[in-house]
Amino acid sequence: MDRFLKCRECLQTKKMKNVIEDILKMTATELVKDIKTGKLTARQVVEFYLRQIERCDREMGAFISILDDHARTDADKIDSRIAAGENPGPLSGLPIAIKDNMCTDFAPTTCASKILIDYRPPYNAHVVEQLQKAGAIVIGKTNLDEFAMGSSTENSGIKITRNPWAPDRVPGGSSGGSGVAVAARMAPVSLGSDTGGSIRLPAAFCGICGLKPTYGRVSRYGLVAYGSSLDQIGPFGCDARDIALVLNTIAGYDHRDSTSVPLEHAADFTAAMEKPIAGLKIGIVKEYHAQGGIDPEITQAIEQAIKVFEQSGAKIIDVDLPHTDYAVACYYLVATAEASSNLARYDGVHYGYRTPNPTDYIDVYSSSRAEGFGDEVKRRIMLGTYVLSAGYYDAYYLKALKVRTLIKQDFDKVFEKVDVICAPVAPTPAFKIGEKVNDPLTMYLSDIFTISANLAGIPALAIPCGFTNNNLPIGLQLLGKHFDEETLLRTAWDYQKKTDFHRQIPEMVK
Amino acid sequence: MSDIAYKVIIGLEIHIQLATESKMFCSCPNHFGDPPNSNVCPVCMGSPGVLPVMNKKAYEYAVRTALALNCQIAKFTKWDRKSYYYPDLPKNYQISQYDLPLSYDGLLEISVNGEHKQIRIRRVHLEEDAGKLLHEGNVGFSQVDLNRTGAPLMEIVTEPDLSSAEEARVFGAELRALVRTLGVSEANMQEGHMRLEPNINLAIQKDGKEYRTPITEVKNLGSLRALERAISYEINRQIADWQQTGITLETGTKSTRGWDDNQGVTVLQREKEEAHDYRYFPDPDLVPVVVEQLWVDEIKKNLPELPMIRRVRFRKDFGFNEKDAATLVEDRETADLFENALTLGTPVKTLCNHFIGFWSMHANQRNITIAQLGISAQRIAMLAKMVGEGKINPTAAAVIAEKMLVCTDDPQVIAEREKLIQVSDVSALETIIDEVLAANPKAMEDARTPGKKQQKSVGFLLGQVMQKSRGQANPQVVSEILGRKIGN
Amino acid sequence: MTDAITEQEVRHVAKLSRLKLTDEQVRQFTRQMSDILAYVKKLNELDTANVKPTAHAAPLRNVFREDKAAAGMGVEKVLQNAPDRDGPFFKVPRVLAD
Repeated sequence: MDRFLKCRECLQTKKMKNVIEDILKMTATELVKDIKTGKLTARQVVEFYLRQIERCDREMGAFISILDDHARTDADKIDSRIAAGENPGPLSGLPIAIKDNMCTDFAPTTCASKILIDYRPPYNAHVVEQLQKAGAIVIGKTNLDEFAMGSSTENSGIKITRNPWAPDRVPGGSSGGSGVAVAARMAPVSLGSDTGGSIRLPAAFCGICGLKPTYGRVSRYGLVAYGSSLDQIGPFGCDARDIALVLNTIAGYDHRDSTSVPLEHAADFTAAMEKPIAGLKIGIVKEYHAQGGIDPEITQAIEQAIKVFEQSGAKIIDVDLPHTDYAVACYYLVATAEASSNLARYDGVHYGYRTPNPTDYIDVYSSSRAEGFGDEVKRRIMLGTYVLSAGYYDAYYLKALKVRTLIKQDFDKVFEKVDVICAPVAPTPAFKIGEKVNDPLTMYLSDIFTISANLAGIPALAIPCGFTNNNLPIGLQLLGKHFDEETLLRTAWDYQKKTDFHRQIPEMVK
Repeated sequence: MSDIAYKVIIGLEIHIQLATESKMFCSCPNHFGDPPNSNVCPVCMGSPGVLPVMNKKAYEYAVRTALALNCQIAKFTKWDRKSYYYPDLPKNYQISQYDLPLSYDGLLEISVNGEHKQIRIRRVHLEEDAGKLLHEGNVGFSQVDLNRTGAPLMEIVTEPDLSSAEEARVFGAELRALVRTLGVSEANMQEGHMRLEPNINLAIQKDGKEYRTPITEVKNLGSLRALERAISYEINRQIADWQQTGITLETGTKSTRGWDDNQGVTVLQREKEEAHDYRYFPDPDLVPVVVEQLWVDEIKKNLPELPMIRRVRFRKDFGFNEKDAATLVEDRETADLFENALTLGTPVKTLCNHFIGFWSMHANQRNITIAQLGISAQRIAMLAKMVGEGKINPTAAAVIAEKMLVCTDDPQVIAEREKLIQVSDVSALETIIDEVLAANPKAMEDARTPGKKQQKSVGFLLGQVMQKSRGQANPQVVSEILGRKIGN
Repeated sequence: MTDAITEQEVRHVAKLSRLKLTDEQVRQFTRQMSDILAYVKKLNELDTANVKPTAHAAPLRNVFREDKAAAGMGVEKVLQNAPDRDGPFFKVPRVLAD
């Protein structure tokens, strides 16, 4: 009670009303600048977003934990450091929402699963450490498809999350909570994780930006694993500059992750943004458009975007990714095989949910897992176990690893000719809640354009590029060479300087 | 039973815990005997979100061992996950190596009853250890301690080249000596550093036909004695079983048995459910290892002299018999101690006697090695030199050795304090001898007279002199003077 | 169309996965996994005889840490999420020792 009073008090003055409207429209980059220069306090910013959560999240369901006390305490610390003349870092006072599959020792980390419902990690994920060091404030933990397995956030074991553009529709998944948090301005930026499109699909469905970095760019230490060879953490934000701002902080080598890639130079993604894109070669994938089932409104929006790129002086080139049609099959074998092993540890012995009355120790396993996991997780564990089991390994798993090589080679060849590939994020805009939930295979096909980037390990950025006739956002995807996030962000920023799709805010949020 | 001709076929799997500072994939101490769950971190307890990072030293230790076993070192190797559910395995998979072990195709030579035999090594690979389950005293529940979880474990697999329980034991001892010499493991069997699992079956000849018995694997043997006993038991059991049932390798199945050390029997173990389907696949969290020849050369260059070679040298150069040479060389530090003492100008024979005599006795009594007695090479050498120079006699040396264990004084100081310095001074000894002869005229007479009593009387007189000198007389000098005085 | 996977196989896989399934779930999973497996069979259209498998997305090699020890996190933290404990130990229903 006390908290809300304080919150109101803090925002009630007339002057503050203007500030509120300003904050709603401000990007993270602008917020940090104003906090650092004292135009805004971190506390004011935090109060704004807490109020926004209070206002919207009952309906949206984006958050699993709202860390109001934690955020206020951190904000006050940042403010006193700024008052003392210190620089608390490149993300000074910036609230951020974090997908609830990244470990925080100051808040439960549930993975939206009953099996981890009260789980309190003994450590912070690398990205959380980095964010806190940079002065960011973790404002809450967001909803997801249980263990990041899904494309709609309907598989959450806790609750569903709604799309702020159309509350009867899904926000995409699996990082639906983080997508909605930014789309509904309950946080200026957020983190998601992307195994087969889990950042890019919600970004597209919610009309914001989302980046899946190159595999190895961001440490996975502390990200609860789903498909270890595919998982990457990445930011959501309103525009490409905000993505670059957060990426600067979370990217970089971490000795605790053996798959973290040491690079000679630490990249400054914000600095590289302003360079024009004249002469840039952008590839259009024939196979993507030959694919039946792309919504014509999406095709049209992508074509419009290509025209914008052309006007900026980019060269458009047709390219082939001949193994596109096999990506979903390949992905579901690799990801589920890894998942079946990664999720073996949730067994009711050392942490997490344990069935109340086990008959013996085997039953601790079988019943805890049966009661703790939802159906989609079970399905994927079963599928993964099956494809690794005696007699099936070569036919399924090994075959998939070989097809993965072919898919990677496709990209290697294409990137000899072009700098960036431009593609849709998804074949349809946000679909209705419940529409695909009983048909796993159809649901899996939502990821048809996003999955290849994970298999190849390349970076891919989703940005808004239009709206359907019934006002649903449409996403555009830019795919790049390994460790060339810079070109993706630069291309996106050039586009965003000429368009305003990324500045649209859902009506209900305002 | 004795009327059947048969051959025994044994292959060994040996797990050896490596003596690294930290665990295989995290920085927790790799240390035995600490309070339960104290050497545990998020990584080794398999907390959600953690990732493994390979310990370089563990890898080098395994390569070192593989080289000493004359193995091929794989140029490319990777890590695999082996899946099974057990409460001491928190991730419910073990990081191991499946189809591409870090080394393969080696040889270890053993010597049994003077005969040399080469045992082929199939592979040497690395994996992580599991934790511990405790059941004793608890009704209805088990306790889980994860201190050992993630400790680096080297698995060595032989081809089925061993053909008796004794050969298996000798192989185990040879391997133990090897890893100790290499410094890669303490190989302390009481602490479970080395665990042995034989696969045993028989080729029985009957009526011109050969019958193979089903293979049994005996799990988790913690001592060489248990290994030998378990194999002997299995041989007899398999013969009896075959005679009774006629079941062969073709008609039966492989079984797993445990060893009951108190009863001296193997017991059929209940199979873990679906234990055969481990669903190995490459661990996506760990990257492959590519071994450059330079790295291998570097490790090879630093290999110490291997036990087999050292043993031969100890026999040839120092005159040890095979058994004593084996005992000494089994522990590299003890063998080093011996050689260090030798370089200080110590008489070889005396030093050998001390090592196989009182020094090994004291070590055995304490269940440690001679090196672990903590006596410096200098003090050991000094003691042997004193015997060599006639300053003390062998009996006194044993007494001094015992004192050396409980104080840091030099043997010379102890000898003086304990009055154990030999008297070799002729005039001093002559006085004592004259007194003894005067007191024992009958014995002196017998000693002069050739016959049955002569030898005995000389011995008696010598004993009297020694007693009178409180053991300090140099027996050799006494003998000489006595002989002269008696007139022999 | 015959199912790509039988109910019996689904039960076996559930056992391997340590998942207790109801009969209804077995039927449902049999159908759904069959659909998915039928779909992934399309990979067989590709000839991969001379293709090397890709298990990792980044081409890293030889990532090691130095052998330096640091203290564990302390028994209380180790056990902080334990569903059941017995003093400094995790506690589970008796595991058969034979």
